[in-house]
Amino acid sequence: MPEYGAETARLSLHVPEPEVRPGDTPDFSKVVIPKAGSVDRPPVDVDPREIRDHAYSIIRVLNRDGDAVGPWAGTLTDDEVMEGLRHMMTLRTFDARMLMAQRQGKTSFYMQHMGEEAVACAFRKALEPGDMNFPTYRQAGLLIAGDYPMVDMMNQIYSNEADPLKGRQLPIMYSSKDHGFFSISGNLGTQFIQAVGWAMASAIKRDTRIAAGWIGDGSTAESDFHAALVFASTYRAPVVLNIVNNQWAISTYQGIARGGSGTFAARGHGFGLPSLRVDGNDYLAVHAVAKWAVERARRNLGPTLIEYVTYRVGAHSTSDDPSAYRPKTESDAWPLGDPVIRLKNHLIKRGLWSDERHKQTEAEFLDTVIAAQKEAEKHGTLHAGGKPSTRDMFEGVYETMPPHLRRQRQKAGV
Amino acid sequence: MPRMTMIEAIRSAMDVTMGRDDNVVVFGEDVGYFGGVFRCTAGLQQKYGKTRCFDAPISELGIVGAAIGMAAYGLKPCVEIQFADYVYPAYDQIVSEAARLRYRSNGQFTCPIVIRMPTGGGIFGGQTHSQSPEALFTHVSGLKVVVPSNPHDAKGLLIAAIEDPDPVIFLEPKRLYNGPFDGHHDRPVTAWSKHPLGEAPDGHYTVPLGKAEVRRAGSAVTVLAYGTMVYVAQAAAEETGIDAEIIDLRTLLPLDLETIVTSVKKTGRCVVVHEATLTSGFGAELAALVQEHCFFHLEAPVARVTGWDTPYPHAQEWDYFPGPKRVGEALVETMGA
Ligand SMILES: Cc1ncc(C[n+]2csc(CCOP(=O)(O)OP(=O)(O)O)c2C)c(N)n1
Repeated sequence: MPEYGAETARLSLHVPEPEVRPGDTPDFSKVVIPKAGSVDRPPVDVDPREIRDHAYSIIRVLNRDGDAVGPWAGTLTDDEVMEGLRHMMTLRTFDARMLMAQRQGKTSFYMQHMGEEAVACAFRKALEPGDMNFPTYRQAGLLIAGDYPMVDMMNQIYSNEADPLKGRQLPIMYSSKDHGFFSISGNLGTQFIQAVGWAMASAIKRDTRIAAGWIGDGSTAESDFHAALVFASTYRAPVVLNIVNNQWAISTYQGIARGGSGTFAARGHGFGLPSLRVDGNDYLAVHAVAKWAVERARRNLGPTLIEYVTYRVGAHSTSDDPSAYRPKTESDAWPLGDPVIRLKNHLIKRGLWSDERHKQTEAEFLDTVIAAQKEAEKHGTLHAGGKPSTRDMFEGVYETMPPHLRRQRQKAGV
Repeated sequence: MPRMTMIEAIRSAMDVTMGRDDNVVVFGEDVGYFGGVFRCTAGLQQKYGKTRCFDAPISELGIVGAAIGMAAYGLKPCVEIQFADYVYPAYDQIVSEAARLRYRSNGQFTCPIVIRMPTGGGIFGGQTHSQSPEALFTHVSGLKVVVPSNPHDAKGLLIAAIEDPDPVIFLEPKRLYNGPFDGHHDRPVTAWSKHPLGEAPDGHYTVPLGKAEVRRAGSAVTVLAYGTMVYVAQAAAEETGIDAEIIDLRTLLPLDLETIVTSVKKTGRCVVVHEATLTSGFGAELAALVQEHCFFHLEAPVARVTGWDTPYPHAQEWDYFPGPKRVGEALVETMGA
């Protein structure tokens, strides 16, 4: 028997920490950024075992000079790329106005998309009508790029009398079946397995529609994420499973949820899923990878896991102060740049856009958003003007109101 | 009417609804090829194919979460949790998701799912195979909670549950699965007799959700019971000779308050019986409702006979399970008050 004595080293717990904290110089030197165009584009029916490296690299199309290069380039027409820029600009303007509206007390809460606009906006363009997203709270780009009326979004944020959800949901927790946008839950991760179930149902019914699940890097630690991977893999469900790695889960850096594994995408390997990482700040790359995964699902080749490497520039929400846990200039140092500026530079380089037009369009969008906001505010804001009726509060818990709720509604005097 | 066990009745309900509506799908652990550990789904995969009835990974969260997604698509999933004791990993999906989906989406998405699970003791399942978690679900707005006590009701209620537009928790008292039960938990002879417990019609019929049934008419005291406890209450009434009116609640949420109030106003006394633990149990809700609605008719305090506030013990199961003796004592005490 070996003797374990005082000379044996004591164990110590490993608690991962980010490279830098407030006051330090931002440092992304450990983030390896492959050159645009350097990752190959396999056929959609590739054996997942042959593309294991795609979970460790980063698929990129737009290079530093604004050129679209490599095998993933060329999935969109010029008009579509222009439209993509407009969608991202619209979302950014929308965010700015709604953030201000929250500061003005017109709503309780808001969550911005700043820096992540490309992810949802570009993904949406790879889907067909009838497909269903199971989003989390930072994918309003799916609605903007899917032409959901901005006034309805604002009515929801204001919980006013025209709120399509009758004031029952937190702001930004939109729901639109017609626009392929499942009702958002505040309980993180739950939607991921639901997306797989929806996709399984589509396959059971021999339908042609597919589903997309969305989750943040932090929320991948929830059991729902793992359940979704098991079910997707077991039943080869026609679903695209999207992880948005924006580096931060409120104040917790992504290394806490990721643990020792190489990447979030690599989590798909144990389930035999084709798993890819993509530059989430590159509209063209996001679209190309989304299109690849959507086609796989549509051709009944099964699920795909995608990690979008991006950075949350704004605060987590209006209740958060990021300067308390990360360097103030960290977002400027983010090596993958700003998705709007990158696409803008690409279009300028191709002679399709100019700085003047960009400025002019920004001003136009601000006018459009302000006009929508005025329209929405006619219906009220959270604490002023019209609001959903108290009677509505009792409706819709069940299809038919049971007697106990009827009694309670009467008691409430409505 | 054919005589059948409760298992056969439950199977028949799924068979009938699957035959009538292709949107009904059935899945859960061991549910497909083998037909479930209690054999409730036996034969369904052979009859309807493996995309309508299939095995699921051991992930209760996954089973319920996937069912919610399927329901959002337009299917009517009827899923099995192998034992009610294992529903907790799926609790968040049930409570935060299934129960609220209609409400939070203003009806854009609905969740017509049924979550079936065997509950209760009486088969020496120990503390991980005997729980009665109904109160954890009756507390949740948006769910319906059903507990049948005989094959006829089990089939009719399950068909109604599968056809219901909202999520239903369907608790199956496993003591009643395989044969008759005389209310005496400590007489093992009839426990797993595999003799039919009762009759149930062939084909399609429903027992409406939200309606209780008077199992035994009486004028002296009202006993509120459900599932296995209906038989315990009957045995207690017979043995004490007290003229008890026994109400089988059948659906706990929504509850048939009218039948309860009518009976208690008539008898002036009320004993509540359930197998789940006492504190914050469903009996507390029943007692409160009776007090609110029948106070001036009551001649005795509302009594509760329940499982003790301990986990369900293995060796002492017969001391835990509220039997006819304890219910009888409560009846006598209530009458004497
Ligand atoms: C089940 C659950 N736990 C905790 C929270 C509180 N919460 C809201 S957002 C958040 C961080 C999520 O981070 P991530 O998944 O990385 O998404 P991101 O906000 O970065 O887009 C937490 C902990 C919650 N909403 N739900």
